[in-house]
Amino acid sequence: MLPFILRRFLSAIPTLFLIVTISFFLIRLAPGGPFDLEQPLEAKVMENLRRIYKLDRPLIEQYGLYLGALLRGDFGPSFYFRDFTIGELFARGLPVSMMLGALALGFAILIGGALGTLAAFRQNSAADYAVMALGTAGLTIPNFVVAPVLQIVFALMLGVLPVGGWNDGAVRNLVLPVVTLALPQIAVVARMTRAAMIETLRSNHIRTLRSLGLPNGVIVRHATRGAALPVVSYLGPAAAALLTGSVVVETIFGLPGVGRYFVEGALNRDYTLVMGTVVLVAVFVLLFNLVVDILYALIDPRVRYE
Amino acid sequence: MAEAAALPTTEAVLGRSLWADAKARLFRNRAAVASMVVLAAIAIACLFGPLLTTHAYDRVHQDYVRTPPSLFAYPQPDQIRPAAERVAARMRARAEAIAVEGDALRLTLTAQRPIDERLLAFFDRSDLFGPARVIERAEEGRRLAVEVPVERRYFLFGTDANGRDLLTRTLIAGRVSLAIGFLATAVSITIGVVYGAVSGYLGGRVDLLMMRLVDILYALPFIFFVIMLVVFFGRNFVLMFIAVGAVEWLDMARIVRGQTLSIKRQEYVQAAEALGVTTSGILRRHIIPNTLGPVIVYMTLLVPKVILLESFLSFLGLGVQEPMTSWGVLISDGAKNIQGAAYMLIFPSLFLVATLFALNFIGDGLRDALDPKDR
Repeated sequence: MLPFILRRFLSAIPTLFLIVTISFFLIRLAPGGPFDLEQPLEAKVMENLRRIYKLDRPLIEQYGLYLGALLRGDFGPSFYFRDFTIGELFARGLPVSMMLGALALGFAILIGGALGTLAAFRQNSAADYAVMALGTAGLTIPNFVVAPVLQIVFALMLGVLPVGGWNDGAVRNLVLPVVTLALPQIAVVARMTRAAMIETLRSNHIRTLRSLGLPNGVIVRHATRGAALPVVSYLGPAAAALLTGSVVVETIFGLPGVGRYFVEGALNRDYTLVMGTVVLVAVFVLLFNLVVDILYALIDPRVRYE
Repeated sequence: MAEAAALPTTEAVLGRSLWADAKARLFRNRAAVASMVVLAAIAIACLFGPLLTTHAYDRVHQDYVRTPPSLFAYPQPDQIRPAAERVAARMRARAEAIAVEGDALRLTLTAQRPIDERLLAFFDRSDLFGPARVIERAEEGRRLAVEVPVERRYFLFGTDANGRDLLTRTLIAGRVSLAIGFLATAVSITIGVVYGAVSGYLGGRVDLLMMRLVDILYALPFIFFVIMLVVFFGRNFVLMFIAVGAVEWLDMARIVRGQTLSIKRQEYVQAAEALGVTTSGILRRHIIPNTLGPVIVYMTLLVPKVILLESFLSFLGLGVQEPMTSWGVLISDGAKNIQGAAYMLIFPSLFLVATLFALNFIGDGLRDALDPKDR
């Protein structure tokens, strides 16, 4: 197992390197620069700015400099949020995004898994149809519709929860964003669990358990293992996406996470911020793919990594 | 011959092809059939509806900003009198003896000095009235009896923050969203199918390289990728769906590659190879047609995904630009106006969600219909 993890780590390095390279040159090729304002800056000021941020060097040299800094764990200074380094921005925003994402993910697994199992055990019953309808609704109603509707109902009409804001992570402020984030995930997890569970319930070992007259609880415990595989492989990339923040949810609820940096960075040509978010997301994706592979081996003893 | 004729078989046994079978099964699925009807209705409404609403999608009604939806014509009876008084005030006159008779308004304008009749154009400029006609002049033009036609307009879905008819805008937005949904899907399907089939069929080092590229693109943050494409292409309507399509082909390529790997071991492909058919010929005639089942299923599920993506981009302000609109733009506008004008969010959301529901049900139905394991 350990050699496998090590090998996966090593193979992630060239992938990460390629991702950094592609996005570095892509963002540099994009028209416009970080200091292009509505009113153009004075030529001298512009020149100084470009020198300070080393934008006047040849592109290849800048690329080398950036790679070197990245290896030391330095994401560089932000071009748009002056006085902040990318590291500082992430240190502030990432805990917020990760907390929201982790809570949403937890709810998705617990509630989605429970609903999916329920639907599979009562296939073609009213409960099953209800779960499937909820699943389709969660998939089709976009989060930028869900979020304002939740705001109208719970904040403006009922007045029980705040409309938005972070408020140092108070539970009252967390409820609406977490629900918005979790709903589509609950839907997907429920649908996938249901499908996988139905498949597993038809298999021989479950039939044996049934024929032995064991209670449903025992059957669920045995079936969960088999049904978990497809859900786990879906949850890997989903977890990476959730933990790195959502632009929509953070914008609508006014939360200081890292999700909005994707859009702000790219639109303002904040080169270092864009690169930082790219590296951040890529690391999360690669990491969670690895976690998925390890979980696979733990869940299914037939999977072996030599 | 005679023996054959004597056989009791009177009619040939009808073969059931996979497609005929799938079609029958699809039409037995009530949710899928209902969804197809709903989708067709929405598409027809979006295509021909704007011709029937009597409003242009970009016509601004200054006097009807954020007008709530109503089945009755505007102006409503209690709106006419204050509006007429407002117009009179702009003409520096006082409105007296205001009387509404059917579709016309009669009033008398009085002022200290003679009234300039050219100022009657103010009536026409208002969204409520037509051109005014002078019936009677008195007191050397200081007193005018005027008849003004009242223009009746219907705002079934209300109007937006600029006073544009929301029904027309929702339908026009539907055209844009559906067009982007289907065209972007076509783009991504084309790229994905060709890429996946080539990669899977050629195999070996080419396959490894091509799939490694897909892996890398997967790990690139997808929002970044779309934003970069939008930045490059500019906020251009036509290039929008190429950008979206260029992002969404990755899953398709993987699916088709997997299918191709199993198809290329089949006897008919080996026979074609033995007969010396060219690689592109084999791909075109044997590989790609046989991967179409999963492709079609994936396609129906991709269309709602693409529409959502476009809405998401428009929500961020990167998509379709004013005065053109899409469901995403309208929903984003509605979300900004939820406090006073919730209907601005509700109507476009209803259309979007209904479309997405329908497409998902059709996709699920197709998957069930095309899955031979399910027989």
